[in-house]
Amino acid sequence: MKKTSPHIDYNKKVISISGLKKSFGSNEVLRGVDIDVFHGENLVVLGRSGTGKSVLIKIIVGLLRPDAGRVNVLGKEVELLTDRELRDLRRKIGFSFQNSALYDSMTVAENLAFPLLRSPENPGRREIQRSTEEILDSVGLLSAINQYPAELSGGQKKRIGIARTLIMKPEIMLYDEPTAGLDPITSMEINNLINEVQERYHTSSIIITHDLTCAKSTGDRIAVLLDGNFHRTGSFDDIFALPDERIKSFYDYNFID
Amino acid sequence: MKEKDKQEKANGRSYVISRRLDAFFLEINAIYQFVKRFFKEVFLPPYEWQEVIRQCYHVGYKSLALITLTGFVTGIVFTKQSRPSLAEFGATSWLPSLISIAILRALAPLVTALIAAGKVGSNIGAELGSMRVTEQIDAMEVSATNPFKFLVVTRVLATTLMMPVLMCYSGFLGMLGGFINIHQNELTTLPVFLERAFEKISYLDIGSSVVKSLVYGFTIGMVGCYQGYNARNGTQGVGKAANTAVVVSMFLIFIEEILLVQITNWLR
Repeated sequence: MKKTSPHIDYNKKVISISGLKKSFGSNEVLRGVDIDVFHGENLVVLGRSGTGKSVLIKIIVGLLRPDAGRVNVLGKEVELLTDRELRDLRRKIGFSFQNSALYDSMTVAENLAFPLLRSPENPGRREIQRSTEEILDSVGLLSAINQYPAELSGGQKKRIGIARTLIMKPEIMLYDEPTAGLDPITSMEINNLINEVQERYHTSSIIITHDLTCAKSTGDRIAVLLDGNFHRTGSFDDIFALPDERIKSFYDYNFID
Repeated sequence: MKEKDKQEKANGRSYVISRRLDAFFLEINAIYQFVKRFFKEVFLPPYEWQEVIRQCYHVGYKSLALITLTGFVTGIVFTKQSRPSLAEFGATSWLPSLISIAILRALAPLVTALIAAGKVGSNIGAELGSMRVTEQIDAMEVSATNPFKFLVVTRVLATTLMMPVLMCYSGFLGMLGGFINIHQNELTTLPVFLERAFEKISYLDIGSSVVKSLVYGFTIGMVGCYQGYNARNGTQGVGKAANTAVVVSMFLIFIEEILLVQITNWLR
């Protein structure tokens, strides 16, 4: 189940975070986080609920503002970007939400076409239709093209959510709890899809999860977030080989075959 | 000092005036920024015409049944209630002018706006609120689109544009209700009814009602969108957004009614 990715370029950082701090009221969630993500790499951020994993990727994409520190994405300081520049940067980032966040009032096809129709390089309806069908086919859900999100299962929604981000051909993918609430088989299908996306589109990804199976099968590198900081980073085996009670307890409560 | 203020102070938070007053002024500023952003975005391309038309259809279609009923019933009831008072002076021939003045100047815009505030305002608040709490608005934002333009600008334009149309429709039905009642009791024919009804109506009356409807429509759309767009705290927040949208819209509509009547009287 352990993976190896041939396309990683350790000389090229796509995301660089240093001294990142974020608080909500008196709750200090991130306390000076430092981490880099390399080109072609799948970085898994592992941690318990409420440790600030989702906050981290929301800051990367500019949905939340940090209290301190710097976030550099594809050579651009997110904090210093104008609205227009931020929009341009976001076109290169795909964000897969925990609950998929599909637009209820639109069909699957309309969900996928929505960002493309509004991008400056709008290729026209015929080309969008072609891209939509191609992407849906690649996630195995072409048959759902005219369905509404309410008619789809949890796993299908996740796939469509990922497909919606892929249509913009992103360089970076951010997955927020991609397997949360799914059965083990569907979770494994999503894990395989994440790896397929990495291989086919050469994306660099951050995968937020507390599911160790997902971490092991998708992560080239694991970073464990504890008490607002990355407690340890390394390969899955390195992380869990060392004697550390807090990490070990995390392992013990997950089922790994 | 209240317990919550003490607790906040202990957590290192301090306020300029007090927690509630600070929150009130911050809310006023947020509303100002929201309205300012609307006027900025409404003139800037790209324009979401297709969505505006879709929303216009929804606003009109969703309120049509209720407005048909209330407009017609208002006309009949108002005529029935006014007749005894006028009959005392032998002035039932004034009924057409009385109902046209009452309906076209005041009742049609006000009743239509109040019905729309309940029906459309709550719908906008709940729809955008649920989109906010299920991260659909965030999803639009991270996909490099402009959710404000797609969700807010289109809905506010739709309510603003459709309210005068609904008001005219409601006014027509009110007049029709009044005519049916007058025709049954006084045997007045349609040409005579119309002649007497529009005797006392000026362009200012029609114009002021259209302007009122535009203002009410803008208010309903803006309040609904503001509440929904800024909804928080899950499903509870969605319910609150829908409820607040209706209450605040209705309150503002009455305030605006007083102000606009004063302005119209001043112009008369």
